[in-house]
Amino acid sequence: MGRMGLFLAKTFYYTATPPLKVSWVLKQIWFIGFQSTLVIFMTGAFTGMVLGLQGFYTLNRFGSAALLGPMVALSLIRELGPVLSALMVTGRAGSAMTAEIGIMRTSEQIDAIELMGLNPYRYLVVPKFVAGIIALPLLTAIFDVVGILGGFLVGGKLLGLGEGTYFGEMANYLDMTDVAVGIYKSLSFGVVVTWVCCYKGFHSGFGAEGVSKATTQAVVLSSVLVLFWDYVMTSAFF
Amino acid sequence: MIRIEDLHKSFDGVQVLKGVSCEIHTGEILALIGGSGHGKSVILKHVAGLLKPDRGHILIDEVDVYSLGSSDLEQLRGRFGFLFQGGALFSSLTVYDNVAFPLREKTKLSEQQIRDRVLSVLDQVGLKGAEDKYTAQISGGMIKRTALARSLVRKPEIMFFDEPTTGLDPVIAHTILDLIQSIHKSLGFTGIIVSHELSRVFQIVQRVAMLYDGVIRMIGTPEEILSSKDPVVQQFISGSTQGPIRLY
Repeated sequence: MGRMGLFLAKTFYYTATPPLKVSWVLKQIWFIGFQSTLVIFMTGAFTGMVLGLQGFYTLNRFGSAALLGPMVALSLIRELGPVLSALMVTGRAGSAMTAEIGIMRTSEQIDAIELMGLNPYRYLVVPKFVAGIIALPLLTAIFDVVGILGGFLVGGKLLGLGEGTYFGEMANYLDMTDVAVGIYKSLSFGVVVTWVCCYKGFHSGFGAEGVSKATTQAVVLSSVLVLFWDYVMTSAFF
Repeated sequence: MIRIEDLHKSFDGVQVLKGVSCEIHTGEILALIGGSGHGKSVILKHVAGLLKPDRGHILIDEVDVYSLGSSDLEQLRGRFGFLFQGGALFSSLTVYDNVAFPLREKTKLSEQQIRDRVLSVLDQVGLKGAEDKYTAQISGGMIKRTALARSLVRKPEIMFFDEPTTGLDPVIAHTILDLIQSIHKSLGFTGIIVSHELSRVFQIVQRVAMLYDGVIRMIGTPEEILSSKDPVVQQFISGSTQGPIRLY
């Protein structure tokens, strides 16, 4: 944990001090963010649809089906959007980050960067870190919007809840605090995912076995930390 | 001048270096020879500041490498060139961009100046016309030559060659060693070369150090090494399977 903490501290330091490799950051935003949109779109849509279906029948038992919109929106914006987006990004981009840095470590490319008198953090870690912090809230926003529409597709179009009821009640029950909580969570998950995945790659063992082990560890640890940190933040915000 | 003093290093409880000491004079190339797994590359990485010794010192121009802060170490490394065993090229970049990388990141040269310098070095290593190829599209020999071009492009004062000919056919291997010799004549760098290509390497270096059992067994001119009566040195030079050398 000490080494991981030191790695995070160094990452924050090199992020806060110039120069920032903007072109490298943009490339990573493309990779972590844009290339994850399809998987986020699909996950968001099906999550919203399941919530719409489950929520409608559950609320209907208590005669509260009209509150389906707020239930779907609150679940997505405060919890499921940030968490599932982070888990999807961990699986799609985080594992690739670890493997890429791990292979660079075993093939001595990181040593080569150091021997050019350059700082490997600035080239390999900081761009991914910044891109993760920028991309995850945006992906979460997409997840939330698509999920809410998915919930409406099932609750409204298939099960007959009115459009005005679904979206109108949502406006009544949702406020900016809920949106802010979702944003804070996704920002912090951006830190967690890139931190863990970059660290594991940077300190991966040698050979194919070392890299594959590091990749597995990165995905598992990052997913567990996202869920743990979600609980911590949820307790703090309630 | 590079001075290695009483260098000790262990990995997972296995002591690889047990007190290595030697000097590399300014402008000379020293060949570091010895069996596989005896720690030759480990010495190179210590001198380059990539590994920290358990005990001992590395002095470059009387400055202890491990007393330097990170920014001073970065500055010192600006004087180095390192040819890695596998090339360590960036697979996402072309041959041209790999060689241009240190110039773009560490100098204030214009793109035109960088282009002139890169093309001239690529020409020197016989890679004219391969600028736009990616590392996956070129042969092992071309990878080594690209890596050599990248390590030379900033005209380093100190060069490290970690098995520059491993895995190459004899013609390409000799071409690489000839290149090192001719570039040494023109740049006059101080160098350490780790190689098993003894006969050709002995022609291009000024001195040879043999590493055995974690210490320098013998250091001298190639002629002194070749005429040594030390049974370990003799067995290693001749490649005989009979003798005191233990296999790892």
